[in-house]
Amino acid sequence: MKVPPDFGVDDSALHSMTLPNDLRKLKQPEIDIVNALQQHGYDPDTIFAIKLAYEEAVTNAVKHGNCNDPAKTVILRYYVDADRIIIMVRDEGCGFSPDAVPDPTCDENLERPNGRGIMLMQSYMTKVHFNKNGNEVWLLKENPVRNLGADI
Amino acid sequence: MEQPSSHLKIKQTGLVSVVEFADRKILEELSIQEIQEELGQMVEKEPGIKLLLDFNNVDHLASAALGTLITLHKKVQEQNGVLKLSSINRQIFQVFKITRLNKVFDIYDTSDQAMAAFDRT
Repeated sequence: MKVPPDFGVDDSALHSMTLPNDLRKLKQPEIDIVNALQQHGYDPDTIFAIKLAYEEAVTNAVKHGNCNDPAKTVILRYYVDADRIIIMVRDEGCGFSPDAVPDPTCDENLERPNGRGIMLMQSYMTKVHFNKNGNEVWLLKENPVRNLGADI
Repeated sequence: MEQPSSHLKIKQTGLVSVVEFADRKILEELSIQEIQEELGQMVEKEPGIKLLLDFNNVDHLASAALGTLITLHKKVQEQNGVLKLSSINRQIFQVFKITRLNKVFDIYDTSDQAMAAFDRT
């Protein structure tokens, strides 16, 4: 449950919380994260991307990982600074293999109603890392404004 | 002739049923299920339906809602109807592009453009 080394932040810097397996209870951390992003000057498109990835990650944890079981919990960890945001969501499920999810953008899968959450996370985030069991996802998004600045 | 509904604002404009969303965010699983049921019933009641979903009011969408749209699209086709989408904001349209669903759905910039396209069919 330690932050991946290539995410560029010391593990001790992350906020950690254990929350009930209830999407309503995962709203407040989302509000706190968005507030922090705004304070650090992230642009609206990046905030949209991070909200989308957060919501897909917590929905997967509550619905698929924890099977909507109210007795289970979700562990959330996050870190925000002006350069990057890191979010970790862990459920109590037995996990899955992300590689086993069919590519929803292939012609033959385009009309399947499910299976887009993970590819959306991967499209919008700088890095997405699943643990070996598949019940813990780490999201990294670099602030494009700051990282553009670094190149100039 | 506007019917009250918890998640949808439905009106009939000529032969087209125009649906707007009451919620700015289509995220909650329960809301998405209710939207799916409500729209599904509409389509079943009216074979050959001309249905416009106007996203004017929507600024956030979960992937589960995309699944609902796909299921609805199939149902409309089974009923020999026509489904069009309109007024999808730039950020949400990007979600459609990433998932390539802009190839599946008939999407117009404005509801007026979509209505004009219904007139041509």
